[in-house]
Amino acid sequence: MKRILQSTFAAIAFVAISATGFTGSAEAQPLKVGFVYVGPQNDNGWSQQHDLGRLAVEERFGDAVETSFVELVPEGPDAERVIRQLAESGHELIFTTSFGFMNPTLKVAEDFPDVKFEHATGFKRADNVSTYSGRFYEGRPILGTIAGMMTESNVIGYIGSFPIPEVIRGINAFTIAMRRVNPEAEVRVIWVNSWIDAAKDAQAAETLLDQGADVIVQHVDSPAPLLAAAERGAISFGQTVDNSSFAPDSVATSLIDNWEPYYIERVQAVLDGTWVSTDTWNGLNSSMQQMGPYASWLPADVLAAVQALEADLTSGAVHAFDGPIKDQSGTVVAAAGETIEDGVLLGMNYYVEGVLGNVPQ
Amino acid sequence: MLTLVPRPESSKRMMYLSPIFALSATIFCGLVIFSIMSFDFATFTFTSNPFDPLVNFFYTPLTGRSGLTNLAMKATPLVLIAIGLAMCYRANVWNIGAEGQYTVGALAGTGVALAFYGVDSWLLLPAMFIAGALGGLIWAAIPALLRTRFNASELLVSLMLVYVATQLLFFLVYGPWKDPDGFAFPESRVFHTAARIPQLFEGSRLNLGTPIALLAVIGGWLLMGRSLIGFQIKVLGAAPNAARFAGFSEKKVIWLTLLVSGTLAGIAGLIEVAGTIHQLVPVISPGYGFTAIIVAFLGRLNPVGILLAGLLIALSFLGGETVQIENGLPKAAGSLFQGMLLFFLLASDVMLNYRIAWKRHRPAPRKIAQ
Repeated sequence: MKRILQSTFAAIAFVAISATGFTGSAEAQPLKVGFVYVGPQNDNGWSQQHDLGRLAVEERFGDAVETSFVELVPEGPDAERVIRQLAESGHELIFTTSFGFMNPTLKVAEDFPDVKFEHATGFKRADNVSTYSGRFYEGRPILGTIAGMMTESNVIGYIGSFPIPEVIRGINAFTIAMRRVNPEAEVRVIWVNSWIDAAKDAQAAETLLDQGADVIVQHVDSPAPLLAAAERGAISFGQTVDNSSFAPDSVATSLIDNWEPYYIERVQAVLDGTWVSTDTWNGLNSSMQQMGPYASWLPADVLAAVQALEADLTSGAVHAFDGPIKDQSGTVVAAAGETIEDGVLLGMNYYVEGVLGNVPQ
Repeated sequence: MLTLVPRPESSKRMMYLSPIFALSATIFCGLVIFSIMSFDFATFTFTSNPFDPLVNFFYTPLTGRSGLTNLAMKATPLVLIAIGLAMCYRANVWNIGAEGQYTVGALAGTGVALAFYGVDSWLLLPAMFIAGALGGLIWAAIPALLRTRFNASELLVSLMLVYVATQLLFFLVYGPWKDPDGFAFPESRVFHTAARIPQLFEGSRLNLGTPIALLAVIGGWLLMGRSLIGFQIKVLGAAPNAARFAGFSEKKVIWLTLLVSGTLAGIAGLIEVAGTIHQLVPVISPGYGFTAIIVAFLGRLNPVGILLAGLLIALSFLGGETVQIENGLPKAAGSLFQGMLLFFLLASDVMLNYRIAWKRHRPAPRKIAQ
């Protein structure tokens, strides 16, 4: 009996040792990369674009990486547990792709100093937590120029998700460019307090169209406003993905987020051992903000104007927040020749001249 | 044709065995589904082990450094809320607004934490608990008042108040309670240490909330099983006329059950913000108040049953996440498991009280033409 026990222990010990020996060899183990999505993987919007980035990583690195994702993670008490679970199950690089995951990411990062974290759209960093985001406002002057040149009613409807700086920046960047080509046009904003809710988005679009809007701009992810605009012959713009197929006669162009190059770059950095915590905020000059195709029905002068503007915004010759800019009360916030700085943009919580109503406080 | 015939008496033994039957049926069906999914018909081989997702759903979440902690933390608000709801439902008081009572409890506690931000006193946390409890209590008092005064349906009123509570949360987190250093993002300040519920052990996230939920289980059991008021609640629910005849006050029971369940939901909300999230954010609940309704009925409105049901539902959430991470299955796979589990549990409940009989369809006698 004793001998049996002894040999059993010996066998267990042998297996245990050889098992640890296997995990010890670095080459045999692929790098595990985890992704946390707030929406469904195939939401035709925000989370899907991140998932395309994940797939691009898989395609580029093949067997050297192993990716996994958790979808539909609510930005509440569950987020921390999901992130922690990824860290505990051996993921060495974890992308948390929604603003509400910021503090949970930092909490988990504190307990897992060897795991690298990448948080999208947040502002808190640590030695093992990077942040990255797109300058989603950079394409908005192009939309504003199209709207300003094309509108006949001079009423522009704007559907906002949440009154956070990112969305307010977009409204302002849009309005500044619009007023430069058409000082008569005005922007009416409806806040729907959700990122993707087709019913609410459609209702907001209908309301704005009823108020005379002939251009609908959206900072929400559902294609419902495009369809509503198309039905009334109004112009609209795709958001996050190229949505022109939903309403080709209405969608003038789309604002596209593309995370693929960034994700490949960061995974490469971990594989090379060169990863350090960074803060990335890239726009049209990278791929994080891309313009979709311009509709064939845009008049030649409009097309020429926006193509020139896109080139200037991409090269940096023109900035979306170049002065002169006035706020709603007429106070100059940036004189001619000045540009509003990033630090101010990050916390922007006021409307510029040309937007009706007040920022909800 | 098949009909359900009520059993004269349901078997006590089967009552305890039926959840095990349900679990086995779920595992079996899951295995069948995963086998089909992982079977490659071209080569007639399995591309992956169909047992893997099962193990990852039911077992893996319990292992690892924080497996049991995760389970306890996820079950804590569910059990706490469900204990109160079970009292209501026993009395036929339909409080389905626990989500709102939870939210207002969290808001009230946060209000205290933010008002005394930076104040390092041991009194702060008890004050937050009292505020959280009061918040939930007040939110539940509204349907109680409207029901007892105007006979307004507590079901509708409590449900509507969920949306009011959510808007109140939005208003506060986007407005007055926004972190002044937070770049105008909708989040409150992160609570300072004195305003956080302390962890039970070093290195574990488990906090005081879990023992509180266990206390609620014991309290609920004592109240429902060992006290006069518990007896009154049960009689009023089962036989309202008999209760009235015996002189039990219906109003008193409505007030009591709603206030107790509101208080427990409020405390659950406070535990989540002060123990887990540590700040107020726009989303503070993944629907705990509604999931707790399922937990209450799954636990057969019995405190001990609720504890087990809460753990099972919590496990099904964790398992759903694990199969996503480990097996690359979509979130729907986890929901499918939850659905199957509930379906088989309810089915075995039906079989507990009814039996299937084959009734021959007898055609109506034809009238003979005269």
